[in-house]
Amino acid sequence: MVSFNYAIKDEIGIHARPAGMLAKAAKEFEANITLSCNGKNADATRLMAVMAMGVKCGDEVTVSADGTDETMALDAMKTFFEENL
Amino acid sequence: MEYKEGKKVFHGVAIGKIRVLKKTENQVARRKIEDSKAELARYEEAKQKAIAQLHVLYEKALKEVGEVNAQIFDVHAMMLEDGDYNDSVQNLIEGQNVNAEYAVAQTGDNFAKMFADMDDEYFKARSVDVKDISERVITILNGNDTGSDIGDEPVIIAAEDLAPSETVQMDKSKLLGFVTHLGSANSHTAILARTMGIPALISVDIDESWNGKTAILDGYEGKIIVEPDEKTLAEYEEKRKKDEEQKELLLTLKGKENVTKSGQKINLYANIGNVSDLASVLENDAGGIGLFRSEFLYLEKDDFPTEEEQFAVYRKVAETMAGKKVIIRTLDIGADKQVDYFNLGKEDNPALGYRAIRICLTQPEIFKTQLRALFRASNYGNIAIMYPMIISVDEVREIKKIVAEVKDELTKENIPFGEVEQGIMIETPAAAVMSDELAKEVDFFSIGTNDLTQYTLAIDRQNSKLDRFYNPHHEAVLRLIERVVKNAHAEGIWAGICGELGADTELTERFLKMGLDELSVSPGCILPVRKVIREAE
Repeated sequence: MVSFNYAIKDEIGIHARPAGMLAKAAKEFEANITLSCNGKNADATRLMAVMAMGVKCGDEVTVSADGTDETMALDAMKTFFEENL
Repeated sequence: MEYKEGKKVFHGVAIGKIRVLKKTENQVARRKIEDSKAELARYEEAKQKAIAQLHVLYEKALKEVGEVNAQIFDVHAMMLEDGDYNDSVQNLIEGQNVNAEYAVAQTGDNFAKMFADMDDEYFKARSVDVKDISERVITILNGNDTGSDIGDEPVIIAAEDLAPSETVQMDKSKLLGFVTHLGSANSHTAILARTMGIPALISVDIDESWNGKTAILDGYEGKIIVEPDEKTLAEYEEKRKKDEEQKELLLTLKGKENVTKSGQKINLYANIGNVSDLASVLENDAGGIGLFRSEFLYLEKDDFPTEEEQFAVYRKVAETMAGKKVIIRTLDIGADKQVDYFNLGKEDNPALGYRAIRICLTQPEIFKTQLRALFRASNYGNIAIMYPMIISVDEVREIKKIVAEVKDELTKENIPFGEVEQGIMIETPAAAVMSDELAKEVDFFSIGTNDLTQYTLAIDRQNSKLDRFYNPHHEAVLRLIERVVKNAHAEGIWAGICGELGADTELTERFLKMGLDELSVSPGCILPVRKVIREAE
């Protein structure tokens, strides 16, 4: 399993639109991609669960990937977070 | 004539016929089904149809109201494909052998409640989206068609609640304004109203008998007047005309700098008295908030507002302004603003009485609660604090001592706070005269011209007998302002005006000459003042 931490810069936090895009991006990989923040976890492919975490601007999220293509998945996630959140 | 009040979502005046939209209630009955596979296939088909509809709506919205407002339909389509949502529907159909409509309604309710229970306003408002997507699927399952045909004549739309999909399907050229019972200032309907620049109210008791009647929607005062008399109608026609002139100004001046022809710059900030004013602050392109009157927190309640309640409000304002300066004035009650639970007692001369900072320094526990909330909120944006009714350096030092205690407490509790600029209102002649000394103690001055004028001229503005003696441009007041600015600059701090005089365009040039660094005016005055600044030498 590999992971990285990221502090959210988007003003509203992980809101509906990026959560939806994240779900799509995460589905591309075999690896299970998980978000953790404030003691809550969610499968990155599940947009409602990700939104229910209520991640706000400034919160630090741990993104982890576990599976055969985990390194590639994590790289893609890094780019996604930097560009969208 | 019938009046109804509501909460303002967007300002403006609309005059026209009301169209009351009634929701086609989707009746959902729980039925036992035999073939859960077939039922699941029915759901799947309806869902795909709903997603296809949403793509069409997205394209339509993109063209009519732009990307920002169109995104919601893209999000709705994604929500319908969410794993947890679909798992829930499937589990209900397979596990309990219920019909698809019921499974969707149940799932929608559960997810909506989950969002409604969240503490952040943005996420709370998403419960409407979940309801909306569920309604859409149920409507398709029921074989009903959605449609929000509002007819050919421009109308004011009144409804219990409006889903984003309903508003976007309406013909925008026929929309004069919105009035709803439910909905929040963060709802898509509210955002749409702001984008379109049409007046909107929420929390209005809608009466179905209004349908077809002429009404005035007053987005400034937050009221709707049904079947107005001729005189009222004429007044509002005039208001609406002024409104349109203001809109013209908006178009040409938004995004422009507050700079004179010779290159002198000045900050133009907004005065606000409630969180609901934030929309007009952004709409009118304010560079920040120069005076946020915190009194409403106290006036709207039956007991002292808690630290958490205050923190939530200050944080919201700081976050909404996204790094722009937000100057919050501490409690300024007393005089004309009375609150029962403070038990202030009657005074012969309340304007010269127990008010503002005098209350705070006498009852420091009230003051400390507010300061804690303010410092905590400073972690979420650019907050500055300003203290009202100062007359001496000693008061400022006393305040600083209390502030130091509050900061110590927060540090000990490991509660983060940011850098906070601290300034004072110059609204007493004493403070103006002592401004050279005061400038050594604080980060900025904000001149409250209403009280400064009243105290300097010894004239009560409420007394009409004194009108002939009253001169708002009295040289004494202007010289005091000039002195304050000079003394501020001598100590390297900035000075602004947050009273009514700041918006007086006859004085703008003189203020520029004095070298004022900031003018804080009501949101609607920002662009007119900017116009004068840009025309000045």
